[in-house]
Amino acid sequence: MAWWKSLTRKKIFWPLIALGVLMLFNLFFTPNFFRFEIKEGHLYGNVIDILKNGAPIMLLAVGLTLVIATKGIDISVGSIVAISAGVVAMLIGGDLHGVPKYPIPYAMAAALVVSVMCGMWNGMLVARIGMQPVIATLILLVAGRGIAMVTTNAMIVWLYAKPFALLGQGYLLGLPFSIFIVAGLVLMTVIITRRTALGLFIESVGINPTAARFTGINAKNLIFWVYTFCGFCAGVSGLVVCSTVMSADGNNAGVGYEMDAILAVVLGGTSMNGGKFYLVGSMVGALIVQTLTTTIYAFGVPPEIAQVVKALVVWIVSLLQSKTFRSMFLGMFGKKELSV
Amino acid sequence: MKTKSIFSSRNLPMYVTICLFFLMFGLGAVSFKGFFSLQNFLNLFIDNAYLIIIGVGMTFVIISGGIDLSVGSVLALSTMLASSLLEKSHMDPILVIPIVLLVGISLGLFMGFLIQKFDLPPFIITLAGLYLARGLCYVISLDTIGITNAFWQKAAQSQINIGDSFISPSVVIALVVFFGGIFISRNTKFGRTVFAIGGNEQSALLMGLPVARTKIWLYGFSGFCSSLAGIVFTFYTQSGYALNGKGMEMDAIAAVVIGGTLLTGGVGSMVGTLFGVFIFGTIQLLIAFQGTLNSWWTRIAIGFLVFVFCFLQRVFETRKVAKEAPEPSAKAGAKAAEA
Amino acid sequence: MPDIAPIVEMKRINKVFPGVRALSDVNFRLFKGEVHAIMGQNGAGKSTLVKVLTGVYKQDSGEMLLEGRPIRPDSPLAAQKLGINTVYQEVNLCLNLSVAENIFIGREPMKLGSIDWKTMNRKAAEVLLRLNIKIDVTRTLSSYSIAIQQMVAIARVLDSSAKVLILDEPTSSLDEGEVEQLFKVIRKLRDEGLAILFITHFLDQTYQISDRITVLKNGTFVGEYMTEKLPKLELIAKMLGKELSEFNYSATGEAKRDAKRDAERAAAAHGSSAETMLRAEGLGRHGSIAPFDLDLHKGDVLGLAGLLGSGRTEMARLLFGIDSADRGDILVKGKKTTLGSPHSAMMKGLGFCSEDRKNEGIFAELSIRENIILALQAKRGAFRYLTKGKQLEIADKLIKDLAIKTPNSDNEIRQLSGGNQQKVMLARWLATDPSILILDEPTRGIDVGAKLEIMEQILNLSREGLGVIFISSEFEEVIRCSTRVAVLKDKAKVAELQGEDMTERGIMQTIAGGK
Repeated sequence: MAWWKSLTRKKIFWPLIALGVLMLFNLFFTPNFFRFEIKEGHLYGNVIDILKNGAPIMLLAVGLTLVIATKGIDISVGSIVAISAGVVAMLIGGDLHGVPKYPIPYAMAAALVVSVMCGMWNGMLVARIGMQPVIATLILLVAGRGIAMVTTNAMIVWLYAKPFALLGQGYLLGLPFSIFIVAGLVLMTVIITRRTALGLFIESVGINPTAARFTGINAKNLIFWVYTFCGFCAGVSGLVVCSTVMSADGNNAGVGYEMDAILAVVLGGTSMNGGKFYLVGSMVGALIVQTLTTTIYAFGVPPEIAQVVKALVVWIVSLLQSKTFRSMFLGMFGKKELSV
Repeated sequence: MKTKSIFSSRNLPMYVTICLFFLMFGLGAVSFKGFFSLQNFLNLFIDNAYLIIIGVGMTFVIISGGIDLSVGSVLALSTMLASSLLEKSHMDPILVIPIVLLVGISLGLFMGFLIQKFDLPPFIITLAGLYLARGLCYVISLDTIGITNAFWQKAAQSQINIGDSFISPSVVIALVVFFGGIFISRNTKFGRTVFAIGGNEQSALLMGLPVARTKIWLYGFSGFCSSLAGIVFTFYTQSGYALNGKGMEMDAIAAVVIGGTLLTGGVGSMVGTLFGVFIFGTIQLLIAFQGTLNSWWTRIAIGFLVFVFCFLQRVFETRKVAKEAPEPSAKAGAKAAEA
Repeated sequence: MPDIAPIVEMKRINKVFPGVRALSDVNFRLFKGEVHAIMGQNGAGKSTLVKVLTGVYKQDSGEMLLEGRPIRPDSPLAAQKLGINTVYQEVNLCLNLSVAENIFIGREPMKLGSIDWKTMNRKAAEVLLRLNIKIDVTRTLSSYSIAIQQMVAIARVLDSSAKVLILDEPTSSLDEGEVEQLFKVIRKLRDEGLAILFITHFLDQTYQISDRITVLKNGTFVGEYMTEKLPKLELIAKMLGKELSEFNYSATGEAKRDAKRDAERAAAAHGSSAETMLRAEGLGRHGSIAPFDLDLHKGDVLGLAGLLGSGRTEMARLLFGIDSADRGDILVKGKKTTLGSPHSAMMKGLGFCSEDRKNEGIFAELSIRENIILALQAKRGAFRYLTKGKQLEIADKLIKDLAIKTPNSDNEIRQLSGGNQQKVMLARWLATDPSILILDEPTRGIDVGAKLEIMEQILNLSREGLGVIFISSEFEEVIRCSTRVAVLKDKAKVAELQGEDMTERGIMQTIAGGK
């Protein structure tokens, strides 16, 4: 049983089990859930949809994982998504013949620059001014929505520039293009955090800020750049969102995404209390969230109501991470070990 | 030495807020014709009655050092619940109002229970509460439900005259809640315990105050305010709609913070919050009078004001810490040595 | 002295924490109308004993009597109801509330369902007047000094039911005038018949205020003495767990035993021509430590000796850039610098092991290897990442050199014993190849074997040319390792001893002598 023990010790184990259970449930109760089709050389099916629709949340979860690892939080990501989408849409323009106002790469770059600046703003408030992360990012959560609306003149901008559709709707090697963006970003982040000491530093700051300072780690700089990076991820996510629907809706783009992304990170094994982080776990967490959403839709429940289920999941997951709850739970069931 | 400056710096943000309000209102009076009138001032009350009510609850929560992000959604849920009970179940208003309030209170109490009992971060619990309540709205109905109830229409249409100008019954409700809030915060054990918790929760516990009970009821009270605000909201709109009050949590937090309540807890006042709401309303009025600006600029302006006030709070805090610096570090050293 | 029945009597109290025997068969008596001090070194069990009395902990065995009746409070609140009140070092009041509220909150006078502010303010003023304090009780507590805050805390617990008042290090953040003010109040309350338990690490204050002293050492009861009959020197000896007469022998005996070490010391002392690694000139920080001079040469081990709270840690924090000095200069290898942060201190070749291993040292969830290489990595910067192979090499070498007992460097550090965790801290800084190492109580809370190993390491390091500053509450350890000893007392450096003066007795006399 040693292999079993070492397997269950792995942080990725439980998220994968949860995803498996959800999938299994769908296998039995959702008709055609696992049916794949090939149309025009592209793969279609529920599972592919989950990957595709989950992409924006997965992108957000990458940045948010690092933020949460430092014992922080960024609830402005949804608004940054809207800003990024708004900027790229305005720069490409709604020309009916699909002629972009500015070259598409420039427009995308500009959107990313704006998103990074949003991230820097958050980073400055948290790391330099020393505000609580919730409050600091709450400012952008609300003001950001206003900025997005002002950017798009409070209108929904429709895009017809075909090449831009690649990000959210295109296919590569038979798979949705957005999956490659996610894979690319995750790979890049893994390299940045694990092939340098940044990951270790982030974890150190999250585990014990005082000890990190005494060990000569510059926590302030680190935290600043982590929020900046989170802004970048949200920007990329905004591009994908905009491309998927070929429109920018400052009012509704990215609404509630922060919730899904936080849930994804926490489900993936990274604790809200900071410390060790698991990027791949967060991706699995995002897939769980997306599968949950898809499953709920599959039962004919309107998407708006799906929020209720997610909110309940957040409460349950928070409870499972609470020390008090765990000790109460353990007390009730004797000495059985709980390894969530 | 430091005595006077800290004392005044505590209330300084509130005075700044009051001055800022008069400045902005004055700016409007100078710039736009018809801006300066008693009715326009009273409109601040009429248009923002629900925000005043929510603001009172939020002020308590923030003074305790917590936060409640669910207020806007609970307001929406209350509008849905009220309209659905009235129109679909044809229930009597005398029953509808208590039921709606009870739901709001229960939701708040439950969140308070999770936060207090399991030591969970308020923002994540109430953020989930935000989505839960919003989702429940859609469970009730995906569409707008119009209200045709006579009592509701009367509440919407009746006016209480003050000279040539008037106020609505909603304003009366808001004022009752506001003065009730002042009384609770200044003259009841509950209110003072809230301040004590915000000042130093550990101390409050050691002084034998009912911290757990107070914290749970705090969120219950905020839930009460949100659902009451929801009822008042339906007086305006004569309907229930799931998207009502979207982003209102921020408006409320903004009003509270602009009113001089410290986000770290322990210091704050209802009067400040009232003026915070006025500033919020004045910005909206100014943008409306100005005419060409997008109404979304309100959001940006509010975000900016919140930033400025948060920033000021931090500056005051760090200045205070700098003054007392030798003591905490010496204490920390001694404490560490004893540990 | 009222030598009738004690108001509080604790008999044969035992308390065991996982891995530590905090109290074994400790006795304690407190009488009406006296000020009683509990003295002891780190880990003596002072705070545990007080926490048992105030209901924070429950004793494993033993009896506790209040006015002859057995009591067993299960919370501080329950103890308060019995009349046992505590005023803590960090004043446990709410700074944002008014003075009057801090005294009355929770039991405010009510009138028609509303707090009767007028009566409350009047009563608060009355209570404070009993302590000879006249202040505006309607202002917020934060607008008054710590001393006044202490008095308010005392006033809060002084209602008719108060029988015992426990003051837990109330003077640690007060200046001299404020201490005198507090003492006046304490004497007044004592004369009114209150039983007062006074906990402090200031030796002089103990003699100023207390009538009776109980000494604890390593969780055992050493004795109970009348203050006037216990000379300071003897008290210090008892706190160290020895009889005064022992010292004359042990001092000489030790010198003989360690002849080799003596020769080295002599060499080091004469070789003060050796490069000066670290030098402090009039370095100080208000409220933390008085300005001091310090010299650390290559190959030196400078011991910092002093009782708890004497300013040892504060000195170390200044030297490592954790706290910023507000006066004086610091020179590293002859060059005047400012150490604005631990990072800049580290880049200049300093290393610092905190005494608070758990909160300021280890990263519990990281592996031993990561804990070891972290400082070196911070020194190299994030982008010159040590490969895993290199990390293993460094970690394994240090694990071997320091004899850290672990099967694998990838285990989490929290699985290690205290002694081994301490060695990992040492390893972390040795990995950075420092020229100056500051070790704050590296031998505390670890077993005897590990202690000896760590001291051996310190000597080895100094032989290799490091300058080491070594802090320990155990004077014996300080003397065994150091070439010179700086003696600290009441947050100031009072003397520097070397050669023949450097004995336990010498240190004790320096501390007892005072200024």
